Amino acid sequence: MAASWGFTLFLCVLLMVCRGLSLAGEDPDQTLSSSGQVKALNPEIDNALSSNHGTTGEGGHAVEPITTLPIVSWKWHHVTTPYLVALWILVSWLCKLVIEANHHVTSVIPESALLICFGFILGGMIWAADKVQTFRLTPTVFFFYLLPQVILDAGYHMPNKLFFTNLGGILVHAVIGTCWNAASLGLSLWGCQMGGAMGDLDIGLLQYLLFGSLMAAVDPVAVIAVFEQVHVNDVLFIMVFGESLLNDGVTVVLFNVFDAFVSLGGPKIDAAEIIKGIVSFFVVAFGGSLVGLVFGLLISLLTRCTKNIQIIEPGFIFVLGYLSYLTAEMLSLSAILSIVFCGMCCQKYINANMDENSVQTVRYAMKAFANGSETIIFVFLGISAIDKVIWVWNTGFILLTLLFVLVYRFIGVFFLTWILNRYRLVPLEFVDQVIMSYGGLRGAVAYGLAVMLDENKIKEKNLMVCTTLIVVYFTVILQGITMKPLVMWLKVKRAAVTEVSLLEKLTNKMFNHTLVAIEDISGQIGHNYMRSKWKYFEENWMSWILMKPSARKKQDQVFDVFHQLNLKDAMEYVTEGERRGSLEFVRNENSIIDFKKKSESESFDINNANMSNDHGAMSTTSRDPIPSVSLEMHEQIMKAVREAEAINAHHLLDQHLYKSRKQHRHRFSRSHFDINRDEKEVQEIFQRTMRNRLKSFTSAKMGVKPPKTIVKHTQKEQQQKMPNGKSMDKAKTSYSGDEGLISFVHPAGIENPAFMPDLDPMDLLQIPPWLGESELDSSMVALSHRAQVDLPRTPSNLRRLAPLRISTRSTDSFTLENIPDTQQMDSDQLQPPPPPPRPPRDDGYV
Amino acid sequence: MGSSSSSRNKIPNAQELMRQTGFSSAHLLRLHDRFESLDRDNRGYLSPDDFEALGGLAMNPIGGRIIEAFFSSGQDTVDFSSFVRILAHFRPTDRNRNKEGTQQELPSSRTRKLKFAFQLYDLDRDGKISREELLQVLRAMLGLQVTEEQLQSIAERAIQEADLDKDDAISFDEFKKSLEKMDIDTKMSVSFLK
Repeated sequence: MAASWGFTLFLCVLLMVCRGLSLAGEDPDQTLSSSGQVKALNPEIDNALSSNHGTTGEGGHAVEPITTLPIVSWKWHHVTTPYLVALWILVSWLCKLVIEANHHVTSVIPESALLICFGFILGGMIWAADKVQTFRLTPTVFFFYLLPQVILDAGYHMPNKLFFTNLGGILVHAVIGTCWNAASLGLSLWGCQMGGAMGDLDIGLLQYLLFGSLMAAVDPVAVIAVFEQVHVNDVLFIMVFGESLLNDGVTVVLFNVFDAFVSLGGPKIDAAEIIKGIVSFFVVAFGGSLVGLVFGLLISLLTRCTKNIQIIEPGFIFVLGYLSYLTAEMLSLSAILSIVFCGMCCQKYINANMDENSVQTVRYAMKAFANGSETIIFVFLGISAIDKVIWVWNTGFILLTLLFVLVYRFIGVFFLTWILNRYRLVPLEFVDQVIMSYGGLRGAVAYGLAVMLDENKIKEKNLMVCTTLIVVYFTVILQGITMKPLVMWLKVKRAAVTEVSLLEKLTNKMFNHTLVAIEDISGQIGHNYMRSKWKYFEENWMSWILMKPSARKKQDQVFDVFHQLNLKDAMEYVTEGERRGSLEFVRNENSIIDFKKKSESESFDINNANMSNDHGAMSTTSRDPIPSVSLEMHEQIMKAVREAEAINAHHLLDQHLYKSRKQHRHRFSRSHFDINRDEKEVQEIFQRTMRNRLKSFTSAKMGVKPPKTIVKHTQKEQQQKMPNGKSMDKAKTSYSGDEGLISFVHPAGIENPAFMPDLDPMDLLQIPPWLGESELDSSMVALSHRAQVDLPRTPSNLRRLAPLRISTRSTDSFTLENIPDTQQMDSDQLQPPPPPPRPPRDDGYV
Repeated sequence: MGSSSSSRNKIPNAQELMRQTGFSSAHLLRLHDRFESLDRDNRGYLSPDDFEALGGLAMNPIGGRIIEAFFSSGQDTVDFSSFVRILAHFRPTDRNRNKEGTQQELPSSRTRKLKFAFQLYDLDRDGKISREELLQVLRAMLGLQVTEEQLQSIAERAIQEADLDKDDAISFDEFKKSLEKMDIDTKMSVSFLK
């Protein structure tokens, strides 16, 4: 706790500094005027948006004549806007840092509530210093800069299948539920005023309805923030979350319609206007979604051809997503719907099209933006409260609003779910309905809309803003805090923490097919039938247009899970290795042989149709057998490895020295991950290679032919002594493998491995062969495995494979062949590939 | 209900079926209509050919297996009551009825659903999913994009995951255990029209 107080103090100081700066920079009269009229806008955005205001300050500053050359000058005006923005972002994030540092607090009180409280504190400090609230969450900032990121993230990470499965329910709640909330709240408040419960207020029926419509919408930001920490079951989550996203269309329409009605005034509203309002609902909602879809497709198409600009390809998603939001806003369609659908639509295709690194980048950047702006939103919601001007207290109005919001939410949810349950396959349970109702959190969207109200038309605007804020605080803080205990108490089904399992995925897929078949047999066109039709369409048309051909091949859920499991295995493998002090065992050839033996015995009977696959497919295939080398298989091997490690120490050291060098090289390249081959380097490689080649040549000339099976020890020692141990082994292997080939292979065996000591460590250390199957040149590394496995059975492929294998520097194959066991295997089954293309490639490299 | 009760008489031992399967009489009637339309020659039973005539089923990668599931007892015909009993596996689980602890387990219970799924894998009906059987399913469902070799390792891996007693095959208990967390109820239910 002491730490957090210290932090708070620090924040306080930061704020003082920032205020001091702004005061120091501003002309005294301007400060006065701005504090006099109490700007509703944030200074930073104010400056950014209304240029004339910003320029007065700057202009006044620049006009001063220069008498002498200033060495250093104080240019606060020059940087005010960006500086304040950056500072505020920093402060908000520091708040989050402080909050997250105290786990015992966040486990009880949700983060969003704590952030709002921090906002109170910060706002209090500003107010105490300025006597006026200079900073506030303004609609412009919120709707243009903070909200899109959160929503894009929500759309992009939307579990599509779950969403569409429950789309009916979600839509019913989002459309009818929201309308119900708006109408009931507005009418009830109006009724209460008629009954005289709220004293003398200058609010008409239409204005009440307007207020109801802005209060009606469940807020996505608040819902995400609270529900992310309470892991309720999928269906419940998607119902609340989906509703909060989709009801935006309704809210926007209701708000606009009633706003217009208020301007028109009661008498001018006739049936035609009302019909127009209903039509505009459909246009706004579907139009917004359509804009999103179009942009989503655009992104997907674009990522098909961003192969050469991988570094910035993640940026496209953000830029186009934002553009879809702005476009919808420009056409006065629902911007939130637009960006949600944009994210949902492109997610599948961009994940398939883009490089795996880029996909990770998008994911993390998306989360970073969303989390960051969410934090800022909540902090500013807190700060905005500390302002005397908006606090217009009317107990009746505020309390009744709170009560109605809660009660009508419950009534609406229960009634709609009751209807829905009659058609649902698995009905929503009672406790689920309670949580759904209770999860109706209002948030920044409502506040933003309230601030947008026109003071001239609505006299009691401040009362409405104030009430909105109270409702927001009540729902986010109180309901947020009680949500978790309530979920526990009601024993709501929680989300199961599932580990992906292949059998499960497979069975899942099988169920899908089964259900379609059952619907076929029982002769009904149901949900499953539609889904299978859509899938068919999607696979045959959408994917074909929107996905790279190479990516299309990998589209399979079962395979995807398999791939993930493989990755996990590999990670564990590496972790285990590092725990044992070294990754050396990873390279231990025994393990690889293990799997090799296995996969060979397994795949003896298969036809080699798959050999006709292209390069991309091969790279995926070749990595597959590796994970069958799972950890437990290696327990016994590990022991041996430890012994071998000691002997290898010297060798290892060598490798590390090389590695550091190579890594330096990597740093030079900004846009490409390849090794930077500048001339010096090339020369160096050339020299080293030549030296090695000479050595290996002499040793080969001497005709050293070691016994067929060497004990590991001797071999390692040999390796240490001569840098070209590998080349010798290679030569030897080929010798034992096929007598006829020996004359052919020998020169290659000498030539190629000559610079192996150079390349080998780098490849192995930086990209473990199976870890990086999706990365850069790892596919090539993995190729050699494939080559190893397949070569013996299909001599015809051998020729075709050979160039590939060679071009990949075949590090693995060399390490493999290094080892006695492999030799035996090799000599039994594996002919070494004929290496003719080596010399040219060699030249090319040097 | 008046008209339906008259046509219900067409269905042999309807009461018994309703009790065993949990279908309502409206469901039964509908299914009976369907059964009759599948049974083009009005023989009173269906043969595998009748199923294969369905266009959608022919396109279904595991359509053949599902047809087989209808002809489980070795005969090549299926009458209406067996037809309904098989379909009853796909009813959503009745929460209330299970709580009552009814005399017998309905086909729509979790275990029965799983058993049905298990039988789709277990071709030779020896109570175990062998690697070869798993491989066949994989081959059918993964299509051409995945190479045989990948299939092999996927099958291998899947068996490793579920195989608790290390006999290189998945027994029903192991199958049930490994799908413990799955929401079978939702994933293996169809809303039958009334």
